Amino acid sequence: MKADRTFWIVPLLVLLTVVAAAVGLRTGAYPLTLDGAINALGQLWSGGVAQTAEERVLLDIRGPRVLAGLLVGAALAGAGVVYQGLFRNPLVSPDVLGVSAGAGLGAVIGIFLSLPALMIQVLAFTIGLATVALVYLIAVAVRGRDPTLVLVLGGVVVGALAGAAISLLKILADPYDQLPAITFWLLGSLASIRGTELWNVLPAVLLGLLPMVLLRWQVNVLSLGDEEAKALGVEAGRLRAIIIAAATLMTASVVAIAGVIGWVGLVIPHIARMLVGPNFERLLPAAMLIGASYLVLVDTLARSMARIEVPLGILTAVVGAPFFLWLLWRGRHGWS
Amino acid sequence: MRIDRRQVMFGAGAAALLFPQSALGSQAFTDSGGRKVMLPDRVEKIFASGGPAAVVVYVMRPDAMIGWPRAIRAEEASYLLPEVRDLPKLGMLSGRGDTANVEVVLRTRPDLIVDFGSVRPTYISLADAVQNRTGIPYVLIDGRFEATADSLRTLGKILGVPERGEMLARYTEDLFDRLDRALSAIPENERPRVYLARGPNGLETGLRGSINTEILERAGGRNVADAGGQRRGIVQISPEQILVWNPDIIVTWDRNFHARIQARADPVWASVKAVQEGRVYLAPTAPFGWIDRPPSVNRLIGLAWLASLFHGDRFPFDFRQETRKFYKLFYHVDLVEAELDTLLTWADGRPPGAPNPR
Repeated sequence: MKADRTFWIVPLLVLLTVVAAAVGLRTGAYPLTLDGAINALGQLWSGGVAQTAEERVLLDIRGPRVLAGLLVGAALAGAGVVYQGLFRNPLVSPDVLGVSAGAGLGAVIGIFLSLPALMIQVLAFTIGLATVALVYLIAVAVRGRDPTLVLVLGGVVVGALAGAAISLLKILADPYDQLPAITFWLLGSLASIRGTELWNVLPAVLLGLLPMVLLRWQVNVLSLGDEEAKALGVEAGRLRAIIIAAATLMTASVVAIAGVIGWVGLVIPHIARMLVGPNFERLLPAAMLIGASYLVLVDTLARSMARIEVPLGILTAVVGAPFFLWLLWRGRHGWS
Repeated sequence: MRIDRRQVMFGAGAAALLFPQSALGSQAFTDSGGRKVMLPDRVEKIFASGGPAAVVVYVMRPDAMIGWPRAIRAEEASYLLPEVRDLPKLGMLSGRGDTANVEVVLRTRPDLIVDFGSVRPTYISLADAVQNRTGIPYVLIDGRFEATADSLRTLGKILGVPERGEMLARYTEDLFDRLDRALSAIPENERPRVYLARGPNGLETGLRGSINTEILERAGGRNVADAGGQRRGIVQISPEQILVWNPDIIVTWDRNFHARIQARADPVWASVKAVQEGRVYLAPTAPFGWIDRPPSVNRLIGLAWLASLFHGDRFPFDFRQETRKFYKLFYHVDLVEAELDTLLTWADGRPPGAPNPR
């Protein structure tokens, strides 16, 4: 019976995601008519360029933004599932190894040097990856201890250093010009997403997803613990490196375009685990679908609450934190 | 600023009792925050608490400057007097991005700390706190645009250059008068709708009523980012909202953003009325920003420039002559032709360091 129940959940979540995307496409500051929307889709189908304002809103602004919401939410939730399984710890989120702190530092450097928007994203992506690589090297260098513990501690230390560097740059930044930009970036937003940015990061996200899908069985085994994995013929060390690299690639690429968005990678995996149980094969798609719908809906709220944008990081925390407390209170994490 | 004689006497007596050897002098002064401050007899060294204060102190008494909130950049240096270009970076005091070390401030032995900006209870209490801790008189001067003339006069008096304060206040009043006369003929609904683009992608702006955008309304524009006066400050905007507002004019000082939308590379911005009609303006930022950054008296030249951009012939503005006059009056520099050319092409959309358009 249980197998049947979870079997239907993933298709239902696909439906939820489609509905969330439709709500996102329908909502916004610029009023859209049904005719205009159909024309815009026709334009898209025939490969034309947006002509009217309505087409532009749908194809150049809102469409990419909804797609970005789906991608960012799915990537963060997916990475969260992997990390929580890998570290066998329910309090772990994708930024535990310092990827967000590193990406934040990269973006802040870019804003501090007044670089163009694309260069800011490139810096965020590269320094995000480099930070995790550094943490991993530290963990490799410190042998003879629990490898996951060293990784987490290394992440905390390097993340704190990156945080200190960010604070330093905030102090040095021009308070009338650069400081607001830094603050907004660190709170996360999809406001400036364009189609081109989406195409830039999509390959990286897919590339990160690939090993997770291919190695899903081994990831399951790894979440039992290193000893058990060894007994079942899985080499924990190398697998861990591959999975960390993959999850980091996914996180760094979406953080580069969306800024630091907390809570999604922490809370969504728990919801998914409640629904489908701990089997990674079901857990990964379920978490990615819930993450995608969640972020699209939150982003829709962020851009329609007022005429101005409410930073995503604020909303995800306001929604996510009470929910997490509720989870704690219920005491059912699906870990046993 | 009228000073009550009894206050002076009481103040002097109190100061003599409380601070027999200190720098606190014998002249009582009530600052814009309603704080009573005993001014020193002679002001030789002034610590500016932040960006806006540094601009007014430089304008008033460049000889008394002891540092800048941030180091002067190469492209800004030639528009400042040689003796202040290399002054050290001392950071900021009192809540406006508190980066100055109070001990460093003390070691520079300023006679007076000047703060120029909004006069809110927070800043009043911080001013008191710094003054109590350092024993250096701290004056808080109203930095709002409308208060500029009065503030310049006040500063002239307390910094020992009343004639200079009076002259600059007259310049300001004359500019505001000319503006008011030109604008009185233009009803609200005929004024251009303006968007002030900030940040690397142009999606940050200041809401109507914030200190960062008050120059738009003063120059006779209507800020499209109007939240009904409920909120102020710098906010983020979605590109969709830009299309809804469809501003007649876009003003920015961010060169990257300006170059990007001038190239019409971005279809969203390219469809905005201001871009299609070629009314996207880049404000120079040397030695200080023309429209903001920091929000201080440096905005006066930008005010006249913007008014002429918004209203054309109704507010005549001879770029070379007005710029030369303003830089001479306020910044103590005689611009050479090459420097004027740099500013002119900058305001024309080609900042220094940018490649020439093909």
